[in-house]
Amino acid sequence: MNAHLQPTGSAYFLTQETQQTERHTLSVLVDNEPGILARVVGLFSARGYNIESLTVSETEHGRRLSRITVVVVATPKTLVQIKLQLERLVPVHRVHDLTAEGNYVERELALIKVKGSGEHRAETLRLADAFRAHIVDATVESFVFEVTGKPDKIDSFIALMSPLGLVEVVRTGLAAIGRGPEAM
Amino acid sequence: MAEKMTGAEMVIQALADQGVEHIFGYPGGAALPIYDAMFQQDFVKHILVRHEQGATHMAEGYARSTGKPGVVLVTSGPGATNAVTGLTDALMDSIPMVCITAQVPTTLIGTDGFQECDTVGITRSCTKHNYLVKSVADLPRVLHEAFHIATSGRPGPVVVDIPKDIQFAVGEYYKPENGTLRHASYRPQVDGDVRAIEAAVDLMLKAERPIFYTGGGVINAGPEASENLRELAELTGFPVTSTLMGLGAFPASNRQWMGMLGMHGTYEANLAMHDCDVMINIGARFDDRITGRIDAFSPNSRKIHVDIDPSSINKIIRVDIPIVGDCNRVLEEMIRIWRSKTNQPRTEAIAPWWNQIEKWRAVGSLNFKNSDAVIKPQWAIQRLYEATRKQSKDVYITTEVGQHQMWAAQHFHFDKPNRWMTSGGLGTMGYGLPAAVGVQVAHPDALVIDIAGEASVQMTMQEISTAVQYRLPVKIFILNNERMGMVRQWQDLLHGSRYAHSYSESLPDFVKLAEAYGGKGIRCENPAELDAAIAEMIDYDGPVLFDVIVEKDENCLPMIPSGKPHNEIILPDTANLGSIIDEKGRQLV
Ligand SMILES: Cc1ncc(C[n+]2csc(CCOP(=O)(O)OP(=O)(O)O)c2C)c(N)n1
Ligand SMILES: [Mg+2]
Repeated sequence: MNAHLQPTGSAYFLTQETQQTERHTLSVLVDNEPGILARVVGLFSARGYNIESLTVSETEHGRRLSRITVVVVATPKTLVQIKLQLERLVPVHRVHDLTAEGNYVERELALIKVKGSGEHRAETLRLADAFRAHIVDATVESFVFEVTGKPDKIDSFIALMSPLGLVEVVRTGLAAIGRGPEAM
Repeated sequence: MAEKMTGAEMVIQALADQGVEHIFGYPGGAALPIYDAMFQQDFVKHILVRHEQGATHMAEGYARSTGKPGVVLVTSGPGATNAVTGLTDALMDSIPMVCITAQVPTTLIGTDGFQECDTVGITRSCTKHNYLVKSVADLPRVLHEAFHIATSGRPGPVVVDIPKDIQFAVGEYYKPENGTLRHASYRPQVDGDVRAIEAAVDLMLKAERPIFYTGGGVINAGPEASENLRELAELTGFPVTSTLMGLGAFPASNRQWMGMLGMHGTYEANLAMHDCDVMINIGARFDDRITGRIDAFSPNSRKIHVDIDPSSINKIIRVDIPIVGDCNRVLEEMIRIWRSKTNQPRTEAIAPWWNQIEKWRAVGSLNFKNSDAVIKPQWAIQRLYEATRKQSKDVYITTEVGQHQMWAAQHFHFDKPNRWMTSGGLGTMGYGLPAAVGVQVAHPDALVIDIAGEASVQMTMQEISTAVQYRLPVKIFILNNERMGMVRQWQDLLHGSRYAHSYSESLPDFVKLAEAYGGKGIRCENPAELDAAIAEMIDYDGPVLFDVIVEKDENCLPMIPSGKPHNEIILPDTANLGSIIDEKGRQLV
């Protein structure tokens, strides 16, 4: 009955939006054809949806299918719209809201360059060990670490490195997959 | 069976295999191989336009009046960019269209070649789907897929961009067998969920203040959908209103018809939307011209929404019973289920509701003060309507965009679907004249009239030359108020009557203009002479530009200003438009 009082699917809040935004991880199975990424990204910019992170790569070479993992921040109603709008795109096979479905694992990889000497260097290595970061490059005055984990773990590691001589960071964005034996 | 041919020949062969008899196009360097292939056959007939935007609107008029896809062929670069407005228009109004754009040879793509543009990039957001064909081996599949996508599900425009070397390349053409076109990822849902339809009918069976709110989806679902709508309305006894795009799906002569709803809809339709207890939306999308202020939209109703596009549901208005499916299939199911439960309309239960509606109707929200001295635009449309009713010919109406469009929607009445072509979603001035040309191509013996404004019609005026060339006797009925009337009305409403650039200055002499193009020109400014002049227009066997000089400052009413709820509709006797809208409302479109 009071359906009209509930918020809508617009990212620009047609009504006074009362809902809080949430961060959701979507997994999108698409044909790996030219322009597919532009289609997905263009949809987000045209409709005002926010992308926090986006990862894409072909995952089934035989069938030329790619998996796009996209992290969005939106109200619950906009999240439903985002999923439905993605499903309208012709080369999109399926869209799963992993956060809504609940049972999934997510990982991100980061390469982190830290510069320093003396006591800082030793401290850097101790922390890297605690975070199970691998050294993938080293010079007498710098390291490049590879860290894998949930994004917040990477955030913490970066925060810790910051006073110790953090130079730069590269992150892959999130990869996520449902738990259990089924495919999406 | 595969057959060897060039890419250009494949284009023509695929069109023929799709049953396409007419295409609208304009040649250019990159498209020449296709034009050459076309020259050597005569199944597919080409209509040479004067501007590619014209081609797209012609294709829209053709599609909307036949239910078949409209087909456009343009060259690379400027040919493609000129088509963008019509593609966007078709996307907004869900019109099936296939637009073939030629492209520079693949070896030149990305080099800023002569007449190169990133057609798939530019049209990605204004098409349902688009393709750049990089190998002739893909071409037959892509061409047939384009038709499948354009015409199925929620229809829309599809662009196929074909580089010149692919047009020359030789490959195997094959026509997909029926059924092999099952697309791996594109599978529109056409059958509504029966449980949801049952729940909807249960709600309808208990309704005391019901309303059918129907839209362009009913037209897109084919003529049977309109018949089924009629049947369901009869079975239930419920009142019916429709969006601009849906006019004609339900007969205007039926007593259950309440007229169009929305910003310039009737008082009875809008108040019934506001006060109803069960709203049955069939193939409409709660567009902002319909809802007005969202948080005051139909506050006490339970809402059923039938739409083939899942993303239309709960996008703007939350509904209680969503049904994803083709309008016709869902209407059939509703009829079947209703019949299985009762053989009575809810006449008695909803009698008080009808009484209320009759009271609203009695307000006469479309009334206007007529005049002996000057032609009132509404009256001109009424006289046009009366004149066309006497015709044995089938009558098709297109419009431009502005006040005249809304007056046409209010005062011209349609009893059949596919007879009303207008640019609803995009509101494209310049749509009507080329759309009329497209309609006339599809229906050579019909009476096709563009109800136009003097400003809009100048945007695509040159297509009158196309009409002359192909002996298409379209009638352009210009309501000439020497104003961008709708803009002027909004300036009165919102901007203290400061008429910034809303005059039509230096107007051409439309009579001489018509003659210059080889058509007929008529001018009329005396109400007493209007009927005779309309008869002269209709009787003339050829294109006519009819310049009807009308009252300059008439307002188009009723009107629900942006940001207002339905029950704050402005009626025709309102004097001071300038004091109605507050600061917040001014920011809305
Ligand atoms: C291509 C385009 N440009 C601008 C507008 C904005 N606009 C809407 S109505 C209108 C005036 C139309 O004037 P006219 O064709 O004379 O119709 P009238 O309102 O006077 O009947 C304008 C400029 C539009 N709808 N389309
Ligand atoms: Mg005008």
